[in-house]
Amino acid sequence: MILYGLLILAYAFLYVPIVVMIVFSFNASRLVTVWGGFSTKWYGELLHDEKVLDAAWLSLKVAMTSATVSTVLGTLAAVVLVRFTRFFGRTLFTGMVTAPLVMPEVITGLALLLLFVAMEAVVGWPSGRSFTTIVIAHTTFSLSFVTVVVRSRLSQMDASLEEAAMDLGARPLKVFLAITLPLIAPALLAGWLLAFTLSIDDVVISAFVSGPGATPLPIVIFSKVRLGVSPEINALATLVVTVVAVAMAIAGRVALKREQPRPQ
Amino acid sequence: MMDRLGTGRLGRFLVGLPPYAWLALFFLVPFLIVLKISLSEPSAGAPPYLPLWDWDETGALAFHLTLGNYATLFGDELYAFAYLNSIRIAGIATLGCLLIGYPAAYAIARAPTAWRQSLLLLVALPFWTSFLIRVYAWIGILKSEGMLNALLLWLGVISEPLQILQTDLAVIIGMTYSYLPFMVLPLYANLEKMDLTLLEAAADLGCRPFKAFVAVTLPLSMPGIVAGSLLVFIPAVGEFVIPDLLGGPDTLMIGKVLWAEFFDNRDWPVASAVAIAMLVLLVAPIMIIQNARTKAEEAGK
Repeated sequence: MILYGLLILAYAFLYVPIVVMIVFSFNASRLVTVWGGFSTKWYGELLHDEKVLDAAWLSLKVAMTSATVSTVLGTLAAVVLVRFTRFFGRTLFTGMVTAPLVMPEVITGLALLLLFVAMEAVVGWPSGRSFTTIVIAHTTFSLSFVTVVVRSRLSQMDASLEEAAMDLGARPLKVFLAITLPLIAPALLAGWLLAFTLSIDDVVISAFVSGPGATPLPIVIFSKVRLGVSPEINALATLVVTVVAVAMAIAGRVALKREQPRPQ
Repeated sequence: MMDRLGTGRLGRFLVGLPPYAWLALFFLVPFLIVLKISLSEPSAGAPPYLPLWDWDETGALAFHLTLGNYATLFGDELYAFAYLNSIRIAGIATLGCLLIGYPAAYAIARAPTAWRQSLLLLVALPFWTSFLIRVYAWIGILKSEGMLNALLLWLGVISEPLQILQTDLAVIIGMTYSYLPFMVLPLYANLEKMDLTLLEAAADLGCRPFKAFVAVTLPLSMPGIVAGSLLVFIPAVGEFVIPDLLGGPDTLMIGKVLWAEFFDNRDWPVASAVAIAMLVLLVAPIMIIQNARTKAEEAGK
């Protein structure tokens, strides 16, 4: 009984702040702690805020692009780590794949910005901070997370299926496309979703590699939040939470339907 | 050499090249540049550092290497304090996650099987919503005219508002909150696999439940505790957003110091030196611990 009481307290700790924020996004008063009646005016204001809308659109494009690129690269890296046991520079490669997982974001952000500045000085590309620099930065750190997800699925996979296809004369590329890829597809989807979430939520790395011409949504929120709490941010936050909750519910349903018993 | 799949040398090269080249260019090279700039002298121009080498008027190659930026780090105790304070705050937050997360993970692992998935999903769900927004939500709660103070005043527990926002305590609360799911998930995975007959055996031998917990469950869940603690501690120690939004001017953390050197002081060489020092003093030990743990786990299997 005490145990379940503690569990409920833990859930309260997790959810009360979010609920409070949602409730106050409908507050008519500008004061955050005083209830001034129900209103949806902050949502209206939000939908007319060009800066916020542009930033949200940019964030969405960046997240989709970097999630896709990092899923491709992360899957290749997972194949390399699981299947190619010996090659030149394997230790270096393993290190480069795992290091971003423990790297503080401020360091990754600083390092990438200094790279972009140096590249611009030497080869003239990329010029300034843009969509491209943000995509490159996000891809670099989410690639490792995709690799972790795909790698565990790949190493649990039943290798005899691939061997059977090989025995029947299929070429390696054909085996990968016809056998391996469909089998690891759930991990690719999970990896893509993780990379998407990491990208659309990132503040620190984006702060280094974004510029005046390309400002993703978290940076806009962050600069607003630094100025203080406002009902408009509450409204924006509520929208973000709602979108994520709905997306999660849909993804959860799809996953449950497809769920097959997996060997642990 | 052919591997099990029979992929030839060329095929393997083509598979490995894209991720290898990407990481070398966008992960390895940047650190070499950081190292280079950490040894450069600051300047007022753009970029705000002097080249490490150039040709002087006579056409001879001249080097301008300096250890001055590192001397700044070790000479000013602000940096050492920020480093130790980061470890302290991240450590306390890890402990907080453990205190809240352990009973929660334990309760979920012992809940009816049909409920477990939903209960777990409820823990993981906040992770998928915006991290920034969850930190922001605490500002409204913790500030002096915020929800918590209003509640405590109303209850008569305190007679004047407490200053919680802009203190280390607020940062610890924010970190515990943000990273709690990272603690619960590995703990649950561990506790769920536990062999319950061991507890029955202990009970049959007359062991009281609390003693059985301390003598059996706790030691068996140690791998889960270590895994969860690392997952919380590692991102917490280099954190910037939480100390910036919830902490005050005296909440010194190393991530915040690097940010301030770079964006506020525009001192790229010192910011680079802070990054290199963090790599050597923080990231390297963590990677060594992680490696040792993975090896120990593989050996244990």
